[in-house]
Amino acid sequence: MAKDYRGVWVFAEQRKRRLQDVGLELLGEGRKLAHKMDTELGAILIGYQVGAFAEELTAYGADKVYLADSPALEVYRNEPYTRVLERAVMEHKPEILLFGATATGTDLAPRLAARLGTGLTADCIQLDIDEQGRLLQTVPAFGGNLMAQVICPKHRPQMATVRPGVMGKPERKARRAVVQALDTSVAEQGAAVRVLETVVMPEERGAALERADVVVGGGWGVGGHQEWGLVVRLANALGGEVGATRPAADEGWASEEQMIGQSGKVIRPQLYIAIGISGAIQHMVGVQEAKIIVAINNNPAAPIFKEIDIGLVADFKDIVPRLIEEVERRRAGEEAAG
Amino acid sequence: MKIVVCVKPIPDPSYWARLPLDPKTHTLRREGIPNVLGLLDKCALEEALRIRDSCGGKVTVVSMAPLSTLGTLYQTLAMGADEVVLLSDRCFAGADTLATSYVLATAIKKLGQYHLVLCGDKSLDVGTGQVAPQVAEFLAIPHVCHVLKIDLLDGGRVRVKAKTDDGHIILETDLPAVLAVHRGINQPRLVSLMGLVAAREREIKVWGASDLEVDPARVGLVGSPTQVAQVFAPQRRRRGELLQGEAEEMVRSLMARLEQAGVMPT
Repeated sequence: MAKDYRGVWVFAEQRKRRLQDVGLELLGEGRKLAHKMDTELGAILIGYQVGAFAEELTAYGADKVYLADSPALEVYRNEPYTRVLERAVMEHKPEILLFGATATGTDLAPRLAARLGTGLTADCIQLDIDEQGRLLQTVPAFGGNLMAQVICPKHRPQMATVRPGVMGKPERKARRAVVQALDTSVAEQGAAVRVLETVVMPEERGAALERADVVVGGGWGVGGHQEWGLVVRLANALGGEVGATRPAADEGWASEEQMIGQSGKVIRPQLYIAIGISGAIQHMVGVQEAKIIVAINNNPAAPIFKEIDIGLVADFKDIVPRLIEEVERRRAGEEAAG
Repeated sequence: MKIVVCVKPIPDPSYWARLPLDPKTHTLRREGIPNVLGLLDKCALEEALRIRDSCGGKVTVVSMAPLSTLGTLYQTLAMGADEVVLLSDRCFAGADTLATSYVLATAIKKLGQYHLVLCGDKSLDVGTGQVAPQVAEFLAIPHVCHVLKIDLLDGGRVRVKAKTDDGHIILETDLPAVLAVHRGINQPRLVSLMGLVAAREREIKVWGASDLEVDPARVGLVGSPTQVAQVFAPQRRRRGELLQGEAEEMVRSLMARLEQAGVMPT
């Protein structure tokens, strides 16, 4: 049965007629997989009056855009989207189907996988094709302490989700789009879920955290409101954002939205500076994807020193003011230079 | 209102940094590692208890897990669940989310009438977040993920507020439905030691494959489309260089290293 399936498909999510970056990132990844399997790359575009995006998806690598356009599909609801995708998969039989692990993707992909009776692997950080032509899906488990390689040997399509920002966006090359319309009649049947209202919030404080290049995080070891000011000042000096551990947020030094870790945000900055943070796994799972992690802690036995690039065994109150000074001096020098 | 809550005992996160891998089989050795309930599972149960306490009914906790997790499940009785069913059978082992959801859905059907199934949005250990939608699919009822608020309406419906990537959405759905709750929906109640002691006097039902009359080809490892080809410990990629000494000197060394790594903002 598996041999009847061919092609790599990417769910190109749009919200309020805006294409989401994660879909474009997946087209880049899908291109590599399709190349290895010598097959086509398809983009699935679902919504209402969204056909114009076909060109954009083609420019990012799709050989063909499968378009489901209907008023019933304007706002995401699980049932109509699942039905349209189920029908499309049954008809065109893609071998691989990738989704962004967004609020929509994580709601849609599991239900579709169950309806198709196939496997789905969540939050892959790496995808590859093995020598038998199977999709090799690498996922972190237990807070990144273990990695697993998952395969879906017998069932098709092989489905996976990838979080936004994990794969790079490919280069854009203008090409002529090939569009194939999908059957949307199944979307227009009644659904048990009705949308009353969609609300787009002004960007919450924490949202910038997930995109920041520099994050300075403080933990319980910072000690008080006044000392917390140093964390904020360092973040400002570096043009970065402030994050916090749960204990620091519980103390009221930082807001709930600034929490990083298991019950908070996952960040991927170039630089993360952890101040007064012991290194509890609940926090560290949220910072694994930082390029460089620096920790400042006066306890040389703090577990965090095992999981960082550069550690300063010192009282942060001695270090941070000097660091701010250095950063500002450096910036002043650069501005003077040019 | 009859409410079913699905929970999953997981290895205590404070042990995750030193989870032992069997060097030969590359599988996880979980013996000796205590199990806990994740926060979102507790949130799902808390929400169920609040709904029951406001309009009456019954809360049944269902979990598919090894028998060794029985002790952890008493917590749900101590929190206030009316009934707990542990789905445990040697042949359930090695299940992926599809096979797990099939067993959970079969058990929920066996429990009889139900109006609401609540789950956590994600478990902490692997955190696929797939079980709630898949249970709903096997029950052939609607589901909503990332739920921030649940309001019961007349006429067998609920209004839910669910998180989206850029805000939230307000939906109405017919019941029965599966709702996966998001962090922040409530603050789960704490369990007292006395409560836990009292809970241990009560009975937890254990159902195996024969009690559920499941299709053996759809459970456990054989019923799982996905398979773990390999588990490995990630290489510690961070060099863990420690700087000590005078503050001035440390700051200078740090700046030099950050510049070299190319991570200083420009």
